[in-house]
Amino acid sequence: MSSPLLSVRNLQKYFPTSRNVGFRKEKLQVKAVDGISFDLMKGETLGLVGESGCGKTTAGRTILKLIEPTAGEIIFEGQDITKLRPGLMTPLRAQMQIIFQDPFSALNPRQTVGKIIAAPFEIQKVTPEGGVKKEVAGLMQRVGLNPEHYNRYPHEFSGGQRQRIGIARAIALKPKLIVADEPVSALDVSIQAQVINLIDDLQKADGISIVFIAHDLSVVQHISDRVAVMYLGKIMELAKTEDLFTAPHHPYTTALLSAVPQPDPRGERNRERIILKGDLPSPINPPAGCVFNTRCWKVQEVCRSKTPELLTVGKSQVACHFPE
Amino acid sequence: MVSKLKSANASAAGQIISRSPRQIAWRRFRRNKVGMVSAGISIVVLMLSLFAPVVCKILGINPDELNLDLIDSSGIPTLPNGGISREHPLGLTPGIGRDLLANLLYGSRISFLVAFLTTGLAIFIGLIVGIVGGYFRGRIDDYLGRFTDFLLAFPAFFMIVALSEPMVARIQETGIAQGNSARVIFLIFFLSFFGWPGFSRLVRSQVLSLRERDFVTAAQAMGASRKRIIFKELMPNLWAPVIVVVSLSLPGYLAAEAVFSFLGIGIQPPATTWGILLDNARRFVTVYPNFFLITAGSLVLVVLAFNLVGDALRDALDPRSER
Repeated sequence: MSSPLLSVRNLQKYFPTSRNVGFRKEKLQVKAVDGISFDLMKGETLGLVGESGCGKTTAGRTILKLIEPTAGEIIFEGQDITKLRPGLMTPLRAQMQIIFQDPFSALNPRQTVGKIIAAPFEIQKVTPEGGVKKEVAGLMQRVGLNPEHYNRYPHEFSGGQRQRIGIARAIALKPKLIVADEPVSALDVSIQAQVINLIDDLQKADGISIVFIAHDLSVVQHISDRVAVMYLGKIMELAKTEDLFTAPHHPYTTALLSAVPQPDPRGERNRERIILKGDLPSPINPPAGCVFNTRCWKVQEVCRSKTPELLTVGKSQVACHFPE
Repeated sequence: MVSKLKSANASAAGQIISRSPRQIAWRRFRRNKVGMVSAGISIVVLMLSLFAPVVCKILGINPDELNLDLIDSSGIPTLPNGGISREHPLGLTPGIGRDLLANLLYGSRISFLVAFLTTGLAIFIGLIVGIVGGYFRGRIDDYLGRFTDFLLAFPAFFMIVALSEPMVARIQETGIAQGNSARVIFLIFFLSFFGWPGFSRLVRSQVLSLRERDFVTAAQAMGASRKRIIFKELMPNLWAPVIVVVSLSLPGYLAAEAVFSFLGIGIQPPATTWGILLDNARRFVTVYPNFFLITAGSLVLVVLAFNLVGDALRDALDPRSER
């Protein structure tokens, strides 16, 4: 088996915060990402799903070192980049890129589209064959934009077109890794399909590895090779897409899948919904033992005291004391 | 066939005219009638002030010429309406009989000089402090923030009144400038020293919100340096609010210069500024109201025009802002 492009080991990101207790300030930590580990192979798409606030976005940005990790290891192409200084990080940045959720905030409103897509070449001081301008026109064509719109400003484009601009910028330097941070959740459903297919096509053509962050399970099912389910900063279950969707092992995964509506009315009528009780616990003070124990219907005494490890069950990896 | 398709494409693209944010703002500004008229007045006044010697020559008036034959023994112009005539379009100043229009024109030059240089210096300091505080945050921002708070809370007006004489004397001692030049330097220096905190707060708040936008993260993800992020990503987004506050604070400094000259701590005669003219007019207001009305009216007109241009610019550059 070939070595993975990206290895994440026990990655943690705690954000410091404080709370006023009388006149004193109590220092607290928000455990946004609390010890996640996974490997990403070349050309593979790993879906990262979970409720909002479970640390998906923080995980994605920490992997790219846009946020400094608190602890753990990030190994990119065999090189440990966890502690790499920003200056030494710069050349590596050409190989890892990000696509954003909000296409309105991702593009500088004062720059033309041509300038936005040319920025990676400028910053990394790369001159492609035939010049930057020609390369940018080629990129625009590739993502389905009219190269004649080179001199237009972002406000002249629709949400889907802007997302294409963001994608063109991300693939400009032919990166090996792209973190797609909910790239379609701000778009209309019809546009979602176009953008997902575009990402899929580009990935197949260039052999890019993608960490695809989303909360829409059907989108993740469509695009991912493997899926990691996150809850409160931890990975609950990690499995091949088909295994995860046909035979979920973790109760949380089961509950998530039961929330997906089915297009067939007969199936929809018979769909058994598992409704989780209670709210998402605060990541400042997560429950002891298994973080899911406050909402799990299979909870036992051991779940409240002992944290389950991510272990292999069947073909999947599951962090549960009582996997199905 | 292919060429036909291409040309059809081109003509279709040609129908939708692409506009940059600047062009859109300009179109919006042009639709604002009050703004356009005010801008016209402002530009005319600025041009008249800038080319005061030429204008005076064309009109055949001289700011320093004393028309003693046209005033009586108590200093009041003998002709009706304060001596308004073909030779002296706005009449004469009382006391020594100088031409009022020529004095207004020459006087505005010092007033504008102070206003523009003060605004320029204040916005320069404000931009640097605001960007540093907003971008780096943390402890640097805390210190800069407390310092700006301190300056904003400081009774600047009394400070300028109290320090005027000793500071001007100190400037003269160093030999940088003498007389009125020293006073102009003092005014510009102190007005901008107490003026920049307002700008820096605005810039800081803008930078704080801009730096959290995804396009800044995108630049970081591409490996952009701090310098590039500040100059290429943040600065172009700061120009709109900066232009607005500049155009709104210019008339303020114009009036401030008049106030300090009026109080006698700014420019001194025989040089002329609008403040000095107003101070003169005050003494003759009961016997010779024309002089006061024309001088005060000019100041009001210019300050109002500049303010309205600022308002129009704000509406054009930031349509979401409310009045």
